[in-house]
Amino acid sequence: MISEEEVKHIAKLARLGLTDKEVGKFQKELSSILDYFEKLKKIDVSDVEPSSRSFAAENVLRRDEIKEEQSKRNRKLLELAPETKDGYLKVKPIIKFS
Amino acid sequence: MEIKELTIKQAHDGLKKKEFSAAELCKSYLDRISKKNREIFSFLEISEDLAMNQAKEVDEMISSKKEMPLLAGIPCGIKDNMLVEGLKCTAASKILKNYTAPYDATVTKKLKAQNALILGKTNLDEFAMGASTEHSAFGPTKNPNDLSRVPGGSSGGSAAAVAADLSIFALGSDTGGSIRQPSSFCGTVGLKPTYGAVSPYGLIAFASSLDQIGPITKTVEDCKMVFDAIKGKDELDSTSVELSKIAQAKYDLRNVRIGVPKEYFVKGIDPEVEKIIKSAIKKYEDNGVKIEEVSLPHTEYALPCYYIIAPSEASANLARYDGIKYGMSNAGSPASKLLDVYLSTREEGFGPEVRRRIMLGTYALSSGYYDAYYLKAQKVRTRVIDDFNKVFKKVDALFTPVSPILPFKIGEKIEDPLSMYLVDIYTVSVNLAGLPALSMPCGKAGKLPVGLQIIGKRFEEDKILEIGKLYEHF
Repeated sequence: MISEEEVKHIAKLARLGLTDKEVGKFQKELSSILDYFEKLKKIDVSDVEPSSRSFAAENVLRRDEIKEEQSKRNRKLLELAPETKDGYLKVKPIIKFS
Repeated sequence: MEIKELTIKQAHDGLKKKEFSAAELCKSYLDRISKKNREIFSFLEISEDLAMNQAKEVDEMISSKKEMPLLAGIPCGIKDNMLVEGLKCTAASKILKNYTAPYDATVTKKLKAQNALILGKTNLDEFAMGASTEHSAFGPTKNPNDLSRVPGGSSGGSAAAVAADLSIFALGSDTGGSIRQPSSFCGTVGLKPTYGAVSPYGLIAFASSLDQIGPITKTVEDCKMVFDAIKGKDELDSTSVELSKIAQAKYDLRNVRIGVPKEYFVKGIDPEVEKIIKSAIKKYEDNGVKIEEVSLPHTEYALPCYYIIAPSEASANLARYDGIKYGMSNAGSPASKLLDVYLSTREEGFGPEVRRRIMLGTYALSSGYYDAYYLKAQKVRTRVIDDFNKVFKKVDALFTPVSPILPFKIGEKIEDPLSMYLVDIYTVSVNLAGLPALSMPCGKAGKLPVGLQIIGKRFEEDKILEIGKLYEHF
């Protein structure tokens, strides 16, 4: 069973707020799912190349140009943000100036 | 006039022969939705104005005797994880409850170009994570064949809409079975295309190496029409492929060889499902199709492999919902720090299954566990792909069940996440390998439909559709 501390650590990495009740719930649920993953221990794949997708992908590049349509869309996208200032997304300060 | 139970082909012919107008057709589907949707809850939002305006354009097209595309005037539903400009797109999540799509997904653009009528957005498991549509933040969809049972998921709203004649076709998305399994549960035809066949631009990402958009329809013929309309290269998506450049091998259906993987008929399958699938395969055999037993030895590892890879990708994809750029936000609350905005927005906005998968994925990717889980799963994925490559040297396609069980009762599995994951056992390998697969109705246990899965080689959608069509004519 994974520990309470581990659950809290993972939640912090995931930027996911948890209630105290949920910590216990996740301990139980994640442990039972991780137990199921133990199945993979039966198979030796040490000499196998990993696949990040189902087929070899190539980079597809485009020209780095400003498109009129895109800049119109940017304004629309900004309108969806909760807080903006001068065409930028606004966030709470993370650096303190002394 | 009541117009219902139409296929795309029948509706297209009806419009052309002026048996009904596009506006009448549209109205009759909207009326049925307003009568039935409360009970089935397949639609989250109805876009009456958009659909009626589109219908008007089609009627003008007909009266001016313009060439009519196949999908012109055909009412459809779109899963609520694909963008339709101006309509809400919620992914059935509280975190996107008030999010209005600022542009069209590529599939939406393609349907609009054909003048298909968009009736509304269909229900799903939150962010397409689930096998029952019970994980929608807005309430579960019911199976039209038995309202006490689930329609499957995650594209349960789309499959239920087509099965209940609330729409002639619908789009779904499939990351681990989300088009095929609800099609099996509702009795519709569902195609998960090859990875790269349909552009996912404008699809809300779940697991990007697995996600594919595809059609849910009443017949195989309809399925091909919708697939042909939405497929192809998209300059906005680097994974999409120009299908016309891929040479299709010539084949004669009489010489088609089909494999039945023995690992798909082991303990855990409902005997009734097994009987129906085996009798469907027998029908093919009786009609001269060559059937042989084959082996996909890594089948038992595919599910744990999938449930490491999909949540890992999801945990990265869903990092964007942070209360800063769009969607629900607690930035306005007096919380003093940026971190608090992230934590509280995501705590409030994401439902239980999404949180579980984010936790699982973050765990599998975290320092100290990466090699044991994520990297190992990627290596197992290579083995799963190799299995298919080997078997497809011998046979043209595979027959398997879509789901090991019949549609289950609402509430039956919701408390036990692992039992819900096990429902995906026959569908996830296809996504890991990026293959096309069709689910088509092949029988019923009482009133509950059962789907046969036909898995094909990469980009051989046409062949598996042809094989599926054979069954409709036996």
